[in-house]
Amino acid sequence: MTDTPLLQVTGLTRYFDVSKPWLNRVLEREEKQFLTAAADVDFEIKRGETFALVGESGSGKSTIAKMIVGLVDPSRGRILFDGQEMRFEQGAAMRQLRRRFQMIFQDPFASLNPRWRVGAIIAEPIRTFGIASGADINREVGRLLEVVGLSASDAEKFPHEFSGGQRQRIAIARALSSKPEFIVCDEPTSALDVSVQAQILNLMRDLQDEFGLTYLLISHDLSVVRHMANRIGVLYLGRLVEEADAKRLFTEPQHPYTRMLLDAVPDLALSGRRRKPVTGEIPNPINPPSGCTFHPRCPLVEDICKRKIPEVRTTPTGRAACHLLSENGLVKT
Amino acid sequence: MSGPSENPSDKTPLLSVRDLVVEFPTRRGTLRALDKVSFDIAQGEVLGMVGESGAGKSLTGAAIIGLLEPPGRIAGGEIRLRGERIDNLPREKMRRIRGRRIGMVFQDPLTSLNPLYTVAQQLIETIRTHMDVSEGEARKRAVALLDRVGIPAAARRIDDYPHHFSGGMRQRVVIALALCAEPELVLADEPTTALDVSVQAQIIDVLKEICAERGASVMLITHDMGVIAETADRVAVLYAGRVAEIGPVRDVIQAAEHPYTAGLMGSIPTLTQNAARLTQIPGSMPRLNAIPQGCAFNPRCPKVFDRCRTDRPELIDRDNGRHVSCWLYDAATQQVAHD
Repeated sequence: MTDTPLLQVTGLTRYFDVSKPWLNRVLEREEKQFLTAAADVDFEIKRGETFALVGESGSGKSTIAKMIVGLVDPSRGRILFDGQEMRFEQGAAMRQLRRRFQMIFQDPFASLNPRWRVGAIIAEPIRTFGIASGADINREVGRLLEVVGLSASDAEKFPHEFSGGQRQRIAIARALSSKPEFIVCDEPTSALDVSVQAQILNLMRDLQDEFGLTYLLISHDLSVVRHMANRIGVLYLGRLVEEADAKRLFTEPQHPYTRMLLDAVPDLALSGRRRKPVTGEIPNPINPPSGCTFHPRCPLVEDICKRKIPEVRTTPTGRAACHLLSENGLVKT
Repeated sequence: MSGPSENPSDKTPLLSVRDLVVEFPTRRGTLRALDKVSFDIAQGEVLGMVGESGAGKSLTGAAIIGLLEPPGRIAGGEIRLRGERIDNLPREKMRRIRGRRIGMVFQDPLTSLNPLYTVAQQLIETIRTHMDVSEGEARKRAVALLDRVGIPAAARRIDDYPHHFSGGMRQRVVIALALCAEPELVLADEPTTALDVSVQAQIIDVLKEICAERGASVMLITHDMGVIAETADRVAVLYAGRVAEIGPVRDVIQAAEHPYTAGLMGSIPTLTQNAARLTQIPGSMPRLNAIPQGCAFNPRCPKVFDRCRTDRPELIDRDNGRHVSCWLYDAATQQVAHD
């Protein structure tokens, strides 16, 4: 169709007020406290690609996912879906847009209503968006169940009759039922065993080919992300520190945090490499360090890192936010 | 019986588990959660134990330290620590082994520590329970140990409560607690699962180094093959309460013999190889009340043949330090294949 990216996110920021109650603040003379879950996050997702966001816990991955599907309002910033700004308070126009994206959640035990039959769960978006009516709904539900590798008769069962992997298939069928173009997958396999994870990842890829879906994949698992994504964004304390082509991120990591993360992942390859000892832990996001938030753990830290938040620069593989980066990559290694 | 290490020239292994059966009596019949599990852990060795959820990894650990949740019970087999049976000891005797000779590290560091006591109180109590030392001496040891597991300013932080520590630091405290009585075996059940990758690497390094330093063996239970690959000397793969394969880590990961292990390895995306699709094992692990006859893996196995559906394979000694429970490696089967 056009060259407009399917999803465009600019300056997306979200604060959470984590202050103590008013009376405590007055008595203890404390200021209001804010937790920055996401800060000035920019990225674009093209049609048909898989864009992944990785990061450790507290890096803001899930908050970004929730803002995109409208479960959390952004404090600042814009989200454009197919060139149209998403404003969730708007009614009819938004509902039109709303049909075109869906979400798959991490925990298949919590994301399906235990009192509803599977058929009703999958039919709900079909009814809500008026995609089919009458007997067509049941036919559509049956078809969707077969698409995700279950049988049409499973529509009569309740979620507790299924294993974790099968439930995730049901969640995928529900996501597909409104015929979306874009699916946000928040840790879709992290509650599953590896052999089941492989089944779900393969299914997600098959569906992408079949329906031309675009994915935003949120995960903490670098090997899953590498397997699935075309491009990867690395988050640290709510900021996008690096974005690169998926394969090149692993061979030519630019940002010191990405390098550290890759060094830390235990690998099956048994390369016998001596890992660089990783230092420190993620700081408290309520009072993040000044300047570059990674500076207390960074092996290459310089004075400027403590004072100034680094700008995003172009790198050979994409872009990254680090003071020590030049056009050709890291200044010193 | 072809158990691992029947070789008489071997020294007695530190821990030896033979034909361990754990059952859960229920109203609808008895469920067999572990079915003839056998393995050894040598002095100073790190044995990894992997499997998917429900395979019986944690249950094996719980049986070894005598902490099976009732109504679960050991219904057969034996567990020996340095040749001495520990599976049928009275509670009081077992209690003295636990903590003293077998240290434990569990998944969630917050629930392994008592939130109402300072780290110092918990460490000193544990040290003095198991060793005859004065309060001052115990405190000195505790500080040294915290310092060793990498807690900065240990002498000051020892008087903090568990909630003052971050997740990674708490797990370090738990490791210190597990090691404070200088145990011979450390049982680590998913020690890094609750932690972030960058912290996980630190914890694994600490656990591995400190056990090597003290000559303690480690039984590392995890579902993460990457952790096993970087930590363990040998690995045992469990499937539906049975051992599918045991062998040196490198062999098992790079050239798995059991079809289940091979499928499992293929289903893990790696950081170096490019595969369009992951290997997929169809179906899922059977429930305990519906374990198929013969080999438990037979309905999902790509190489299944008649015998697999009727007879259960025992662990077959492959003469290269590896043991596989699969009929493909039985002498009779291989004879047929050659003919």
